[in-house]
This record gives sequence, C-alpha cells and structure tokens, in this order.
Amino acid sequence: MKRLLILTTAFGALALPATADEITVMGWGGAYTASQIEAYHKPFTAATGTTVVSVDSDNPATPIKAQVEANNVTVDVAILEIADAVRLCDEGVIIPIDPASLPAGVDGTAAADDFLPGTLTECMVPTDIFSTIIAYDASKYAEGEGPKTIADFFDTEKFPGKRGIRKSPKVTLEMALMADGVPAGEVYAMLETPEGLDRAFAKLDTIKADAVFWEAGAQPPQLLADGEVVMTMAYNGRIFNAAQQEGKPFDIVWDGQVYEWEGMSIPKGAPNEAAALEFVKFATSSEPAAKAAEFISYGPPRKSSASLVGNIQGTDQPMSPNLPTATENLTNALASSLDFWADRDTELGERYNAWLAAN
Amino acid sequence: MTDATAPLTTTDGRPLKAALAAAGARARRRALFLVLPLLIFVMITFVIPIGQMLHQSFYNPYFSRNAPNVAAWFAGNPVGTEPDEAAYAALAEDFRAMQAAKTAGEAATRVNYTLPETRSLITKTARNAGDLAPPYKEAFLAIDKKWADPAVWQAMRSSSTAYTSDFYLIAADFERAADGTVQKVPDKQRIYVKLFIKTFILSALITVICLLLAFPIAHLLATLPMAKANLLMILVLLPFWTSLLVRTTSWIVLLQQKGVVNETFVALGLVGDGNRLNLIYNQTGTIIVMTHILLPFMVLPLYSVMRVIPPSYARAARSLGATSWTTFRRIYLPQTLPGIGAGALLVFILAVGYYITPALVGGADGQLISNLIDFHMDKSNWSLAAALSALLLVGVLLLYWLYDRLVGIDKLKLG
Repeated sequence: MKRLLILTTAFGALALPATADEITVMGWGGAYTASQIEAYHKPFTAATGTTVVSVDSDNPATPIKAQVEANNVTVDVAILEIADAVRLCDEGVIIPIDPASLPAGVDGTAAADDFLPGTLTECMVPTDIFSTIIAYDASKYAEGEGPKTIADFFDTEKFPGKRGIRKSPKVTLEMALMADGVPAGEVYAMLETPEGLDRAFAKLDTIKADAVFWEAGAQPPQLLADGEVVMTMAYNGRIFNAAQQEGKPFDIVWDGQVYEWEGMSIPKGAPNEAAALEFVKFATSSEPAAKAAEFISYGPPRKSSASLVGNIQGTDQPMSPNLPTATENLTNALASSLDFWADRDTELGERYNAWLAAN
Repeated sequence: MTDATAPLTTTDGRPLKAALAAAGARARRRALFLVLPLLIFVMITFVIPIGQMLHQSFYNPYFSRNAPNVAAWFAGNPVGTEPDEAAYAALAEDFRAMQAAKTAGEAATRVNYTLPETRSLITKTARNAGDLAPPYKEAFLAIDKKWADPAVWQAMRSSSTAYTSDFYLIAADFERAADGTVQKVPDKQRIYVKLFIKTFILSALITVICLLLAFPIAHLLATLPMAKANLLMILVLLPFWTSLLVRTTSWIVLLQQKGVVNETFVALGLVGDGNRLNLIYNQTGTIIVMTHILLPFMVLPLYSVMRVIPPSYARAARSLGATSWTTFRRIYLPQTLPGIGAGALLVFILAVGYYITPALVGGADGQLISNLIDFHMDKSNWSLAAALSALLLVGVLLLYWLYDRLVGIDKLKLG
C-alpha cells in the first residue's frame, strides 16, 4: 500500500511542475476548505501575486508522509490536526517553524502571547479551534431555565432526562472532573493520579443510568432532534449547522468546553518553501483568521482576532457568540492535552470500555 | 488362461499399473489448472492476510530495531538486573540514533503499549538526546526521575525483542510486573476476557432465537404450494438484499424512546409515558437487531433441507400410531438436523465477528469483542488488534472442532 502511494505520488509529481509564483495547499475539502479559500487564498494572491492551488484529501497527513518518503513533494502547505502534526514532526516529515518568526497580532501582542495558551508549537501554526461542548434542546426548557454549566450536565435531579455521552474517554473524563469542581488548569494533573481517575469515573457513574453513548459526530444532533436525549456532548460545528441551517432549537453550554485545534505545516522538501512560509505567516495573522471564522464556526486561535470577526456569511447576525474562542465562551475552557492522550490512550480506552461493560 | 505371475500390460506393452497412474496424474494436473485461479485468489485474499495478521500479533519490531544497543544490554543481563552505567550509556547511544533518524515516536509507541506513560518519557528524552553526557544515569534522571523506575526498564526489556507474547498477555487481561513476573491487571482494567465470554454468550443466544424463529417459517415455506412459497420467500430475502446500515438505522427509528414501538405502547396504554422501554442503545438492542439481520442465514439452510424431506415419512409414523409430538421429535426433527447445524454454525460465526451493528445500537453494555478490535485498529495498535482477532479465531475453530465431533461436519447441508 505504502509503495503504491509512493509510486502514484511520484508520477503525480511529474505531471505538475510547480512554478515559482505558485504554491499548493492541501486541505480537507468541503465547507472547511471553502472558508480557507475565501479567507486565506484569495487575499494572499491579491496581496502578493502568488497563485494558491487548493487540493483536497481525506486527511493530508497521509499523502504528505508518502510524498516526503518518496522524495517527491508537490504540496507546499498542509492543513493538519495537531495530533498528526506532532507525530509527523517526530518522524521528521515537517519543517519546524520558529514561533518567534510569526507576525505579531494587530494589537501588537507578540505571536507567542497572542495564540491561545498551549496551541502554538514549532510543528504547526494553528488556524482554527473546534470544541466539544454540551448542547441541549432549548425548546425543552423555559426561557433562561436551561443548563448553564458543565455541572448541570451531571445534575439529573435539576435537569432530568437522558444524556448523550461520547463512547470514548477523551474529553469525557475531562468534563467529568470539571463538573466535579476541578479547575480547568488542574484537570490533567489530577487525571495523572489514580485518585483523580477514580474521581472522574465516580462522577461518570452518577449519570451512567441516564446515558446514551454515541460514537460518530453526526449522532448527537440526531439524538437531540429525536428527543432521545435532553442534552449531549457534541462538536460545536455540528450543533451550529443544525441550528443555523436546519433551524433546530439547539443551544450550547460553553462552560467546561474542551477544545482542539488544526493548523498549517510545511512538509520537508516543499517545492516553494519560501513562498509557503510567507503564506503561512499571512494566513495565520489576525485578520485572515478572523475572516475564516465568518464562514464556519471554528474559532480563530489568536486572541487579537476575536474582536475582528464579523457577521455569519449571508446573515446579519454576529458569528462571535458561536465560536469556541469568544471571550465569554472561554471563561472555563480546557485545551485538550496531546501528551496526556498520546501516553494513555490505550490504557484509558481499556478502562473506559471496562467501565462501559460493567453493570 | 494367462500366466498368473505375469503383470497385466496394455496393448503397447506398458505395465497397466504405470499407465493408469500416468493417466491419473494427467487428469489431476488438468483439474489443478481448473482450480488454480480460485486457489490463487484464496491465497492472496485470505490465507496470506490471515497469516500476516497472526504474524503481527506477536511481532512488533518498532522498539527493538531502533534501540539495538540497549537490546544487546538486555540480552546480556538477566531479568531484574539493576540498570548500570553501561545500560544508560547504551540507551543514550540509541536515543541519539533515534533523534537523528526521527524514529523516537514509533519506538516510544511500542514501549507505551506495555507500560502507559512511557511514550512522552521516551520522546522527551530523545528530543534532548544531544544534551546527554556521562555520567549517563544522572543525565537521564535530570531529564526525568521516572528513569529510575524499574517498571520502565522492564517495559523496555519486553519491547527489546521483535517477537513477543506481550500482546497475547494483554489480550488475556494479564501484564508483566516490574520484576518480570506475569500478573492479572487491576480489576478496573480487566475487559477482554469478560468481553470474549459475553461475545460468545450473546452469539449463542442470538443463534437460539434465530433457530426458534426460523424453524416454523422454513417449515411453512417448505410445505406451501410453490406460488405462495415463492411470495413468502421474497419477504424473507427482501431484508437480505437491503443494506446493513439501512436496516440497522431503521431499527433505531423503531426502537428508540420516542420511536414507533414505544409510541404505540404508550398510545395503547401498555406502558406509562414516563416508563418507556429501553429497547435500543443496550444489550437488548444488539440482540433484537442482530437477530433480524442474521435470520435469513438460518431460514435458507433449514428451508433447503426441509423441502426434500418426504411427507410420507411423517404420514407413515402417524398411521403407525405415533402422536404428532412423537412424529415431530422422532421423525421430522432428526431429518432437519443437517439444516439446523448449517444454519446455527453460519449465524453463530457471523455473530461472533459482528461489529457495525453493536457499535451503532449496542450503547454501553451491548458491545462485543469486535468493537474493541476496531478500537485498537483505530489507535494503530495493530499488534493487539491482531492478538485479539487471533484469540477469537481460535475460539471459533474450537467450537467448529467440537461441532465436528458432536454432529459431524459431513452432515452439514448449506442448501
């Protein structure tokens, strides 16, 4: 399989010789890439004259690894998830980018301070932030009576009804501890101790009888729409789409959200490395990042972008309140820890499954 | 009369025995050519992948090939040896090589399978490999105090050979303690044995339910006039031709809390609005949906066997004075056994490996071992996924052998 990939990428490279004033960006396609073309590609071409070619992939991490191994790289910039970026970095597939070389925010804050804490690494420059949140059906509650905190999700006395929970320990354990009163900053330190883990599972025990477990991201909006659950863990983009495009009465509890991020990396041997670096610096600066957020409900990773985000495209409603990165949504938020999950994915997966199977 | 001692020959004088053998060999070669395409196909798509899967379950070279120096130290020193300066020096040498080749990630992942939390320890230390200088032990401890933990060294020791039984230990809920002895994993972590047992019990239950449901249907199909039987047959086959996902999703619509079944029960006053039945996202859901999906695999073999049972046998038994129950038990049932055997074996083996349906409707307690195999495939822990699959395969083969001993595989009739 790998050899086949290498062969096909090698032939692909012959067909498309890159010119000096052209860079190729590999993204994920769909609405996500559409937002990036509007916010990054077009303004960059207008500003520099460099053409940006957009190609799609299921997950750019796989093709760029094959290209680098085949020594035939056609992609200048790849859009990656942070976990893949760090792995490819460890494997030497990515050119490190010095965070200090990135432009300061519009308000003059240095890049290292402007990006949300923990998101900026030399492996990848973040472009957007997505989040796992608690969503509920607002039509089930009187005005202002709906759940407001992560603790409410675990409070089946005050808010009776079924809960949708992700069938994976990631995010679930973090939310359980935050609901139990652990401050976001101490969650991972606590999860590293056996007592902390027991505490998280004990908290989950309290709602296990009311839980409906889901696996795919498309399930939670469906569970809510069917009335199968009254609230559920969900990805914020899915809930935003259901509310915005299908008019569902869904609302989001941002308290206790756990966010992850995606961004741009330059593969080793990129045909137009200098222009690629320029593009990355441009696209991840304050304004383009804010612009992209008007097309899709993923938040800009720079604090200085927050005030620049305008209305949802095609409407006259502001996008800001729908973003994981809005200041009021970040009051009790946790950045998902890469190191923690790289270390304990298997172990906690086993324990979580054992917990699921136990009656 | 020919001489009894002279061998029989053909007309051209060759011994008959040799001529016959030659002709037989030619025929066998021709037959081999005919089955060759199938043989190659089965080899490529079945035998080789399964062989690779079995190989993967005890072969994981990612640490051993990246850490040859420390592997040599482990080979030269018995289990339980306190790591000395030479051990740390060997490890430092390996880390420098890993850092240069950017292979610390894959090596660390292998050790992490045996002992959680070693991945970040190893990648972190490898990243700082350039700063490692004698005395090495102090240098390692300065980076992280965990390097003094004997459990870390034991985990590296068991990762330091490419061939390992570690994954089978994990798959049977065992682990290696810091001193190298094998022990059961803590209670809260035990999952695989429990799930294997549950998988086999649920599969057996689904097989029994399928049999109870399919037997009367197959009998009806076999005894009705052809035109009506064909119509009924289409009803049996229609779901069979529908996509698995569509059928599973339809069951969700039917069985969920606000679904068709619950709404009907509430409307009829059978259950209160507050006590709607939990029919899905649990073990009940898994059993109902899997029974429906696997039912045709039981109906078809039963039908094909029942169709050829002559009705005259039953009539003869009745005319000789047997009650209808005796006739069924002594005359009809034994003749359907090949169909029951084939159907039960098919349904059971399919159920044991089922994964998509339990994933969608199984909720917390309706998961099967295949869902955990999928989980580990997802996490790229292919060795553990392979070990679990191999154990599942052994379980099924054991049952198959048992079936052969009890019923006889030659009695199987698939259609």
